[in-house]
Amino acid sequence: MKPECFKNRLYYGIFLPVIAVSGFVIDSPYYLQVLTFIGINTLLTIGLNMLMGYAGQISLGHAAFYGIGAYTTTILTVHFDFSPWAALPCTLVVTGMVAFLVGLPMLKLTGYYLGMGTLGFGMIVYVLFREWSHVTGGSSGMVGIPSLSLGPVSFSDSRNYFYLVWMIVLVCIVFCQRLIQSRVGRALRSISDSENAAKALGVDTKDLKLKIFILSALFAAMAGFLYAHLVTFISPGSFDFMVSIRMVTMVVIGGMASIWGALLGASVLTLLPECLHAFADFEMVVYGLILMLIMIFMPRGLTRGLMDIYERSVSKQI
Amino acid sequence: MLNIQNLKCYHGRIQAIKGVDLFIGKGELVTLVGANGSGKSTLVQAVCGLLNEWKGEIRFENELLAGLKPSSIVKRGISMVPEGRMIFSTLSVLDNLKLGAYTRYRKKRMAEAVENDLQMVLDLFPVLKDRASQPAGTLSGGEQQMLAIGRALMARPKLLVLDEPSVGLAPLLVRKILSTLEQLRNQGLTILLIEQNAHAALEIADRGYVIETGRVVLEGAASDLLNDEELKKVYLGKDYCESYPKNFIPLRCCN
Ligand SMILES: Nc1ncnc2c1ncn2[C@@H]1O[C@H](COP(=O)(O)OP(=O)(O)OP(=O)(O)O)[C@@H](O)[C@H]1O
Ligand SMILES: [Mg+2]
Repeated sequence: MKPECFKNRLYYGIFLPVIAVSGFVIDSPYYLQVLTFIGINTLLTIGLNMLMGYAGQISLGHAAFYGIGAYTTTILTVHFDFSPWAALPCTLVVTGMVAFLVGLPMLKLTGYYLGMGTLGFGMIVYVLFREWSHVTGGSSGMVGIPSLSLGPVSFSDSRNYFYLVWMIVLVCIVFCQRLIQSRVGRALRSISDSENAAKALGVDTKDLKLKIFILSALFAAMAGFLYAHLVTFISPGSFDFMVSIRMVTMVVIGGMASIWGALLGASVLTLLPECLHAFADFEMVVYGLILMLIMIFMPRGLTRGLMDIYERSVSKQI
Repeated sequence: MLNIQNLKCYHGRIQAIKGVDLFIGKGELVTLVGANGSGKSTLVQAVCGLLNEWKGEIRFENELLAGLKPSSIVKRGISMVPEGRMIFSTLSVLDNLKLGAYTRYRKKRMAEAVENDLQMVLDLFPVLKDRASQPAGTLSGGEQQMLAIGRALMARPKLLVLDEPSVGLAPLLVRKILSTLEQLRNQGLTILLIEQNAHAALEIADRGYVIETGRVVLEGAASDLLNDEELKKVYLGKDYCESYPKNFIPLRCCN
């Protein structure tokens, strides 16, 4: 209990100042936007980690919810002249409903079969985005998404958007940590360990899995909302199969069942491509190589891997 | 307390239980013994709501259990120690125990009662106390079994069902676990104990049932069953009568 508590404080102690300071000192809108993308990806990863890491249910189609979030707010604001803040609750409700309807039959599956099922769902939604052109704008996407503002504060300013996204990330981190330590969170963790035993103890595993599926879809929808109003232009390509896979990769690289891992995984996978531009044609090769090396040397993810290294070096000094 | 009539259970096309009547009175320790594959676990699963396909009648405190979810059955007071322990190996020992009280935690005022029961369970199995924050998967087999029992007790059951709690444990530990069960029975808990280890189970039980390929072939007071010639031959081993006194560690000698 104690060391966990300490580690958590340590992570907050690193996280909060880094965010506050980088928003303050970085002036380049480009870098601020990269950091904002890390925040959006963190939201995605935390949500997916709740489902994969804690409840042990894989989803290979999570980009669908990300996309539904982005498209719902876009359609409402562009076609129907909703204000973004009015579109937000609608976006969450729509995505939640879809997650409910999809999760109800889908979560009867387990393991690889659930992977296949969600993969199929992701593809269907992607095709829908691309082909349902008079609503979604087809493969060329939609433009003219209004940017956010709140009273006198305009979020078209990169710095403001940066702080907005990271505030939301912070709220989500705190929320998820509290959830995991609660009675329900315990039950959630027990499902990935042994679903049958959890059932025998009176945990309604079917119900709980569905709820967490919806929760993770809502996180993705929130990320989609923030994405759409950040770039003010969306197209189906941002929500395809590869995006789903990248989300799973962020979870695994950061560390399953670790909230801070989600943050780290999202950071690494967002920054890596930016840093690898120098390799030009070999970018993807180097990228894949780095991922492979991380997994070989830190199979439990970056957070735990780095922690192990740190602990080993400390115990050597003593 | 538990009244089963003409129970038939199915695993798909296989009929694993073929018409069983079983009765457990309040405060009784009843044991159900039988060979591998005779249908013991299937029966337990039906009682706990973990099996969908069954016919017949299961009554708990005069209420029919048909169609109830496992969670409702736990809430009514039946809690089980599943076959193979099935502890949550990545969760801490404490979290495992707290999960046992999952159906009770809802209300704020229950938190204190749960806290008391936690203390009670840790007193019952002191080994768990030292390991409270350790992942449960790092416990030894015997400790895991105690954890599984403690976890089931956290639900404050009226009826505790144990599916082969002695599998893979050293004789001394089996004795310890059985004597714990006896102690719990003496405190008023009703217990259904599934066992392969027929002799040891009948030693502490009030009554026993012998089940064979889905049917009850023998039932009666535990002391009668212990002396039953038929049972001795089949389950206790032909020459158990000769070898038994030498190997036997009397139950009441070990705490
Ligand atoms: N999920 C299942 N699907 C199909 N058949 C099953 C299933 N579970 C059990 N059976 C069959 O039902 C019968 C009874 O099994 P059960 O597990 O109840 O036996 P048991 O008495 O508990 O045995 P053991 O002492 O080995 O635990 C067996 O013939 C078994 O093959
Ligand atoms: Mg069995």
